[in-house]
Amino acid sequence: MNPSELKYTETHEWLNLEGNKCTVGITDHAQEQLGDIVFVELPEEGAELSKGDVLGNIESVKSVSEVYTPVSGRVIEVNEKLLDNPELVNQDPFGEGWIAKLELTDTDSLGELLTAEEYRSKL
Amino acid sequence: MSEDDKCLKRTPLYDIHIENGGKMVDFGGWELPIQYSGIINEHKTVREAAGLFDVSHMGEILVYGEQALDLLQELVTNDVSLVEINQVQYTPMCNDDGGIIDDLIIYRLAADKFMLVVNAANTEKDYNRVCEVSRDFPGAEISNVSWDTALIAIQGPLACKILSRECDQDIEAIKYFRFLPEVTVCGEQALVSRTGYTGEDGFEIYCSRESAPIIWKGLAKQGAEYNLVPAGLGARDTLRFEACLPLYGNELDEDTNPLEAGLTPFVKLYKPSFRGKENLTRVKHEGLKRRLVGLEVTGRGIPRHGYPVLHGSVVVGKITSGTYAPTLDKNLGLAYVAVDCSEPGTNLFIDIRRRKVEARVVSIPFYKRRR
Repeated sequence: MNPSELKYTETHEWLNLEGNKCTVGITDHAQEQLGDIVFVELPEEGAELSKGDVLGNIESVKSVSEVYTPVSGRVIEVNEKLLDNPELVNQDPFGEGWIAKLELTDTDSLGELLTAEEYRSKL
Repeated sequence: MSEDDKCLKRTPLYDIHIENGGKMVDFGGWELPIQYSGIINEHKTVREAAGLFDVSHMGEILVYGEQALDLLQELVTNDVSLVEINQVQYTPMCNDDGGIIDDLIIYRLAADKFMLVVNAANTEKDYNRVCEVSRDFPGAEISNVSWDTALIAIQGPLACKILSRECDQDIEAIKYFRFLPEVTVCGEQALVSRTGYTGEDGFEIYCSRESAPIIWKGLAKQGAEYNLVPAGLGARDTLRFEACLPLYGNELDEDTNPLEAGLTPFVKLYKPSFRGKENLTRVKHEGLKRRLVGLEVTGRGIPRHGYPVLHGSVVVGKITSGTYAPTLDKNLGLAYVAVDCSEPGTNLFIDIRRRKVEARVVSIPFYKRRR
């Protein structure tokens, strides 16, 4: 279920590392818990974020949930498709439903990320 | 989510909800399904076909005896004497300052017998209030029958067709806000009223705890070919929101009076006496300070309970309920705003997590079904 090539956080984000860049989204478990997603608030491109900062907000019919960046970095791209099609996060959380791409500014914290197996064991 | 050892109350339909994959939550001390298949799907199915709701958590209080009517006339703002036997009336119940203790519906079971149906979280408070006011009415008896009374709502344009197949009486003939006291539904005794909280046609079925699972299963089976779905509290909330039916704790509370809440038709100031009358009469003469309005977000964002509403840079009100409205495909809110900002067409802002988002006052209800 959770792709093994990705890294995970305890707050249900996933991260796909490619060199000094990464893509971030929320896990299948997270979208399942949220229910129908109806709005996504994205970060601004160029924003400098520290690990744990709010990367965006995901809203279901009933609630608002913050998405945290698993690493420190600069936002280089956001998934603008989510502005009109927030349900992509429900339909394809590990693919089309990605949230933002970041360029890492600090690689120290990468070791604290969870493997798919470690993440699964915490659910 | 935290581990919780407090004991939640369960309705007689709990096991069925689990079997149906209901996602259970703590709702005012009751363990109830927030959703089954998904709020949006359930919501749309109720608008287009029909949905089945477990609302057994609602409180039921019987008031009877020769002074029952006199007690109710003192207790609530509406004119209960207008209610005929087998008719239902909606009314606020106010404290002595005119603040809303609860909103409820009153069933007239007989000339001197009534059933009050109250919000689950307010049942205890309401029961105490009825008892307190009843001290001046020794000829009225009060009985809280909430635990023993189950309540199933079937709502949507196909509700009548589905339910009538399982009833021994002509429920199609029941008019809006009327009821039949003794109907056999799926072989079980029930009171059936043409009422609901979704903005659609529909019925509410009051029965014993023992009968509830039999009626639920019978209707679910009968409704399968009509696309009847079980619907949870999430859809119940979005449905009532689109229809602008107030929710206690959001639009209504003890610091809110029924006139500013848009409930003026249910406040009969001509009655000689009722609790809160003096203050409500004063409010009427002095004019309202704020009013409940609908807001349509024209910028980007979803209003949520408690978010400030601004005119320019001045805070003029607060969101009471807000969400994405599935039928209308819009982000909408209900809010109390200062009267001079309450005209439809007025441009306001909503402070959505420190972001000023444009919104416009629109007339309510947001949604009205075609009859």
